[in-house]
Amino acid sequence: MDRVSVGIAAFLAVSAAVATAAYAQQKDAAQEGIEAYREALQDGNPAELFELSGEELWKTPAGPKKDSLEKCDLGLGPGVVKGAYAQLPRYFADTDRVQDLESRLLTCMETLQGKDPKPYVEASFTAPPKEEMIALAAYVSGQSKDDPITVKPKHPKEQAMYDLGKRMFYYQGGPYDFACATCHGQEGTRIRLQDLPYIPGQKGAAAGWGSWPAYRVSSGQMWSMQWRLNDCFRQQRFPEPVYTSDATIALSMYMAANASGETMKTPGIKR
Amino acid sequence: MTQAAMERRQVLTFLGALAAAGFVVPRVALANWDKTAFDAKTMDDALKAFGAGAPADSGDVQIIASDIAENGAVVPVQAVSKLPKTERIAILVEKNPNMLAAAFDIGPDTIPEVTARIKMGQTSNVMVLVKADGKFYATAKEIKVTLGGCGG
Amino acid sequence: MGNPMKIRASAKDGVTEIKVLMSHEMETGQRKDASGTVIPAWFINEVTAKLDGKTVMQAQWGPSISKNPYLAFKVKGGKAGDKVSVTWVDSKGDTRTDEATVT
Ligand code: HEC
Repeated sequence: MDRVSVGIAAFLAVSAAVATAAYAQQKDAAQEGIEAYREALQDGNPAELFELSGEELWKTPAGPKKDSLEKCDLGLGPGVVKGAYAQLPRYFADTDRVQDLESRLLTCMETLQGKDPKPYVEASFTAPPKEEMIALAAYVSGQSKDDPITVKPKHPKEQAMYDLGKRMFYYQGGPYDFACATCHGQEGTRIRLQDLPYIPGQKGAAAGWGSWPAYRVSSGQMWSMQWRLNDCFRQQRFPEPVYTSDATIALSMYMAANASGETMKTPGIKR
Repeated sequence: MTQAAMERRQVLTFLGALAAAGFVVPRVALANWDKTAFDAKTMDDALKAFGAGAPADSGDVQIIASDIAENGAVVPVQAVSKLPKTERIAILVEKNPNMLAAAFDIGPDTIPEVTARIKMGQTSNVMVLVKADGKFYATAKEIKVTLGGCGG
Repeated sequence: MGNPMKIRASAKDGVTEIKVLMSHEMETGQRKDASGTVIPAWFINEVTAKLDGKTVMQAQWGPSISKNPYLAFKVKGGKAGDKVSVTWVDSKGDTRTDEATVT
């Protein structure tokens, strides 16, 4: 470990342990306030506006084939949206790949609508092609709200994806020698007032996995899971992952399978 | 047509042209938007624009909001008046560059309870001002704004 | 024009609760873009809600209302099947009206 990472590790340890009783009390009052604040946001989540525009995109014919996405197979058969997100990522025989929602949407846009996925993959997260992907993800995820997360790797490729995701979660590297586990691998870790979910556990995995896509009040933006992950790579000082690459799907598979049995709360609302 | 009517028509046409060009907002639509009140930079000016002067502190006016906002960009606030004949409810943020955030006209059938979300640049008192039966009442609450951690 | 609003209205025990989400930037006029130029103010300044054709709420807003605004309020009367309509006008003179049915 270099000095920076020792410093940050110590900082994380302190915030996890909580130094003095007075500090703890003060923190708890603050934490209560924050919980009341989060509660007040639940009613009237602006993510609903993105669900509306996503539904419109889903149903509107587009692309060279002038077709809609209504016949897209998200894993429960062509056209079944209800409950599909709670069972992703999963193996798809037609592509012979394990896919998350966003990679599957790209497949459907290519096969049903004849669109070229490249501009969607390459666009920045704030550019119009990604806005389409995010709105679609908001709509589809909303159709699994309150459903049980059901992701149990069975197919050999699903198992391989889970194992890869787990390895990546603990893989340390980059200038600070960080892994996802540095920040998300202990119960009760906190950076200032941000609770960092313990992703190897079911509850923590669900807190992370089960609430994205989410509307972020800080920026007024809707973020998909791919964007969330992309930003965590940045926090880890890792090179930016390619949109819908296996690296991102593997981490999603790891989180989704850990969260299996908990409830989907999508689309979420976050700070 | 009388001279006055013609002039009026010319003025209307002129306003219409400006509106079409995007310069002014069609007057009819903005019957109640009070520029002086929304431009006010001090609490006194904002209250004056409302004709409120010094409103009386009242337990019948309530502000329901968490003590802390995780992010100042979105702060949920519910403003409640238990006073009979409530006509208007306003939400003001003392430390915002423009203090007045919103005003709501309460009709005879409207229950004087409104929920909105406001921006706050920093920790500040938030005031709910109520006009009921021609008189003004208010209450205030401090809402702390944390700017959040290092993520995102 | 803008994007559609999301309006929810439900009647219970003689009271109709109306909840509206609007899609709008609500620019304060105080922010700068990446090149340092001030982004001009642009926000909804009036909202009018009608229940069965009768105006039940008129709101005047400034730039301190959050992006993608949310408004919730209650009205005496109203029943399932009644029409709710909400109209906003913004500082550029743009306007949008959406409707919903009380459930
Ligand atoms: C340097 C510390 C750090 C590292 C390393 C890191 N994260 Fe995070 N992560 C955070 C913080 C901080 C947040 C909360 C952000 C916020 O609240 O804005 C977060 C949030 C998340 C969330 C959303 C949690 C929620 O409750 O909504 C997920 C999921 C997540 N991270 C996954 C990962 C994965 C997977 C990796 C490895 C690729 C990773 N993170 C690496 C700090 C980190």
